[in-house]
Amino acid sequence: MKLNRLMALFLRHMYLYRRSIPRIMEVFYWPFLDLLVWGFITVYLSQFRQTLPGFITYFLGALILWDILFRAHQGISVSFLEDIWSRNLLNLFASPLKPSEYILALMFVSLVKLLITSTVMAFLAWLFYSFNIFIIGVSLIPFVLNLILMGWSIGILTTGLVLRFGQEAEVLAWALGFLFMPVSAVFYPVSVLPPLLQSISRFVPSSHVFEGMRAIINSGRFPLTELLLALGINFLYILISTTFFHLNFRVVKKKGLLVRIGE
Amino acid sequence: MTKFFKSLRAVNCVSFEMYPGEILGLLGPNGAGKTTIIHMLLGLTTPTQGTIKIFGKDLRHRREEIAEKINFSSTYVSMPNSLTVKECLSIFATLYRVKKKEDRIREVLRCFEIESIKNKLVRHLSSGQQTRLNLAKSLINNPKILFLDEPTASLDPDIADKTRNLLKSIKRENNLSILYTSHNMKEMEEMSDRLIFLHKGEIIATGKPKEVIGSFRGKDLEEVFLKVAREEAV
Repeated sequence: MKLNRLMALFLRHMYLYRRSIPRIMEVFYWPFLDLLVWGFITVYLSQFRQTLPGFITYFLGALILWDILFRAHQGISVSFLEDIWSRNLLNLFASPLKPSEYILALMFVSLVKLLITSTVMAFLAWLFYSFNIFIIGVSLIPFVLNLILMGWSIGILTTGLVLRFGQEAEVLAWALGFLFMPVSAVFYPVSVLPPLLQSISRFVPSSHVFEGMRAIINSGRFPLTELLLALGINFLYILISTTFFHLNFRVVKKKGLLVRIGE
Repeated sequence: MTKFFKSLRAVNCVSFEMYPGEILGLLGPNGAGKTTIIHMLLGLTTPTQGTIKIFGKDLRHRREEIAEKINFSSTYVSMPNSLTVKECLSIFATLYRVKKKEDRIREVLRCFEIESIKNKLVRHLSSGQQTRLNLAKSLINNPKILFLDEPTASLDPDIADKTRNLLKSIKRENNLSILYTSHNMKEMEEMSDRLIFLHKGEIIATGKPKEVIGSFRGKDLEEVFLKVAREEAV
């Protein structure tokens, strides 16, 4: 693992965002719109707060946290697509760069992007709705880290699929994260899901994060079990997705697909 | 090395050596296996059979170490088009851990006469300027071996001539080895110290340009190429 190579890739993406208005918009525009729409829905529904305590925290908190997962996913998959779109992939992989360094650099890029987005979203939520995400407390940090880990594993999986199936699989860079949304119990508890989806949601780290977040709001107790479950499943998924990526990388080199996708 | 893509044999038992300071021309009609060979040498495609040794080291096990001392340029590969010329070179200089990065960037910019466009975005460059940027990138790490896949394809005759002369002088000064492909037969004759003639993934002739022309009883490389492409001489 060489720091200069990670730095080179980080620079490549920072240069890109520095002057591209559409890309900067992408970082702020959708989160901003989400926050507006969901924020006003939340304000409206909060009139019924007697039946659902902590309603605003539930919804706005969940929205900001879900966006963290989504940005972590996109930070990897869309950055990878940028290299395909610019036909630069072969220049990178003909250099001493290792696939693991490439993925690590994209993780770093995604971390920077989501830090910026989350800060802006948290600020806007406070400005428009007087909502302070940090009301959840310091226990928020391990949950956020879990969402980032899950976003990364989806991003790495997507990257492996695009490598293998080419640009036809591009749509996954946006769509795959949303596939996990219904079973993540972002805006509702797992208990409202039908039994089959409840069973599936147990294997989705984000469902433990959002259940944990609700437990903190409702009872103030720290849900250690949920956190450990999320962490355990996340490590397993990161292991599976990176193995999948490396195996795929080997296969695409064997089949000559890396060259085809890179030209 | 041999390379199969499913049942298609793209490269069949091709074996050759390259020497320091040599320009080796890879020649052949479309589909002869030239680009596949370059991709295998760069570690971008894995050979089905065979071993590739560069600087005496096995590419499969020591790719990272080897890749630091080689580089490539291809007409079919570009630089990130939302970045400036200088930013692109800066990224690759960092990637290859080039010492005195700024000096080296200035040097390659001057070499290919693209100093005046260093702050231009890649997407605003002409195809000739993009080719020169690719070539500048390929020399950023002072490589010992350079793989050039049709490097002058989109250059006007003046710049193409300057580029050829420049490559020859860099080769002389740095004892650089160059593996070169082009569909310009005159260029191949002029540039190559030695030629490998490929047809349907196999070597059908090898030697100095004059020896290859002689072995097909042709008057020049163009005529030999046409004979092979039309399968009159094979």
